[in-house]
Amino acid sequence: MATLSPTMSAHPARGPIRRAVERFLSNIPAVVGLVVTLIIIGMSLTYQWWWIYSPNDIDLRAINQGPSVSHWMGSDGVGRDVMARLMQGGRISLLVAVVSMFISMFIGFIFGAVAGFSGRLVDGAAMRLVDLAMTLPPVIFLLVLASIAGTGVMPTILVISLLSWPVLARMVRARFLELRERDFVVAARGMGASLPHLLLRHGIPNCIDILVVYATLQIAAGILLEAGLSFLGLGIAPPEASWGNMLNAARSTRVLEAYPWQWMFPGALLVTSVLAINFIGDGLRDAFDPRSDLN
Amino acid sequence: MTVNTPLLSVSALSKHFPPVAFGRGPVVRAVEDVSFDVPHGQVVGLVGESGSGKTTIARMAAQLVAPTSGRIIFDGLDTARASRAERRRLHARIQYIFQDPFASLSPRMTIGQILTEGLDIQRIGTANERREKARSVLASVDLPPDALDRYAHEFSGGQRQRIGIARALALEPEMIVADEPVSALDVSIQAQIINLLRELQIRLNLTMLFIAHDLAVVEYIADTVIVLYLGRIMEKAPARQLYSAPQHPYTRALLSSVPSPDPTRRANRQILTGDIPSPANPPSGCVFRTRCPVAIDACAGIVPPLREVAPGHFKACIRDDLDGLMVQGAVR
Repeated sequence: MATLSPTMSAHPARGPIRRAVERFLSNIPAVVGLVVTLIIIGMSLTYQWWWIYSPNDIDLRAINQGPSVSHWMGSDGVGRDVMARLMQGGRISLLVAVVSMFISMFIGFIFGAVAGFSGRLVDGAAMRLVDLAMTLPPVIFLLVLASIAGTGVMPTILVISLLSWPVLARMVRARFLELRERDFVVAARGMGASLPHLLLRHGIPNCIDILVVYATLQIAAGILLEAGLSFLGLGIAPPEASWGNMLNAARSTRVLEAYPWQWMFPGALLVTSVLAINFIGDGLRDAFDPRSDLN
Repeated sequence: MTVNTPLLSVSALSKHFPPVAFGRGPVVRAVEDVSFDVPHGQVVGLVGESGSGKTTIARMAAQLVAPTSGRIIFDGLDTARASRAERRRLHARIQYIFQDPFASLSPRMTIGQILTEGLDIQRIGTANERREKARSVLASVDLPPDALDRYAHEFSGGQRQRIGIARALALEPEMIVADEPVSALDVSIQAQIINLLRELQIRLNLTMLFIAHDLAVVEYIADTVIVLYLGRIMEKAPARQLYSAPQHPYTRALLSSVPSPDPTRRANRQILTGDIPSPANPPSGCVFRTRCPVAIDACAGIVPPLREVAPGHFKACIRDDLDGLMVQGAVR
């Protein structure tokens, strides 16, 4: 080619991220999940401006009342509005899930990345630690951690984070082991790249699919774990509301049989949001899979 | 520039790969006792079959893999003893061109990011200067400047290889190690890339270590050719001499396998049987003896040393009476 070759196509480049977004938007369940999730988040974050009750207001004239015009989702055994508690609980549950997701993602990514890019010794040590963390029976591990850390928002976040990172560390390590041998990473090393450069410029961009999918699925898992812990009385302690400790009320047969609105609404919301977030996660996984361009 | 001392000097270089974890398997001797010099401004071609250790030598020369033993001296600096700063500079002074243009460019970076990555790592220039440099190296490999904001998947194999070459040039290296830069490309594109490399080498006075498994490709670009077999040097000679008067039976066999449009030459093919032996279990003595058409019992006894048979022409073979036994590989 003696002359400059002509431009390949008229359109500007569409990056891999851009194409993933387009693929995601063409996935209907994922988009529905995204909309549902955004509605739940939006309502939880703004309820104090449009809902007259606050979660810990006690209305002694409305104890164990069913859904009515004033209390749309009824009220609980001490006269608190279920809908207000539900939205406050959503705040707590989502806060716990999102923060613990970020913490466990950070730990898992760093662990996996360093193990994958380091020598055999570091890798072996890190992975044995991961094995150890994974072989602990999760429920018992949770209970032990929770009984040490206590109840409340911060301990719950800590407990969920410490339980969740090993899976991500495994996935990131596997990706990094593969990445390390790829020519473009060898090229960067050949130009004198440091470990931080490799992690930031090659590691994260090429793990973005794993990280995004992990993030969404981990939020769903975090909501469930929080609910489970709170149900057992080890997560968020009353009077603070969370979906888990609202479900806790259903442990009483009387509530279970006579006041179904007190546990049915939190249960339904829990299932809906976990399902919606899982749909988003599935959609993202498909969107980031390069092979999905082929069909 | 000193003319007499070579830019890159490799002596008694060996690379052994240990068996995989927990394995009791044998050590793989990928490269064994290899010595050669690459003088300033010259191109040395390394030729050999798959498994002959070409890529391992290239990666050691480019400081990507540490040798098991032996010395690599670059511009008077023993690379094994280089300080951290010197080592960092070495990574800019020696650049590598990869074989597979589809694997060597990151799918998540634009061409501009790929071309400025080295400058970034070495902290050379400002962001604008880096981008300007990227533009100029892109022009020197005959690609349009609007390629800077595109991704690698938008380019063909030949264009990607040009980008790989541009990346190597961006750091203004003194030496380029090209690891089979054309063997993944179509034949028509191969010629373009070889011409481009040749032109750049002359224009920028680059020193180059050029690896190929095909003698025809090397002939065009190299000043000196080294023929490798199973990690050892079989023959080393100035290019013209190697092609006109090959002295080693392996070189002759390789040359006779180069396709020729002349039908009368086909009868003279020297065909090697079998495969290259495993470097984990090399034959005793001369490593080529198991496939050599003129091997004798003595070949199993000693490792033939490299002997100078003509000025600058070395061979590792104990037999000197090949002409009567073997067809002259190539009639040129």
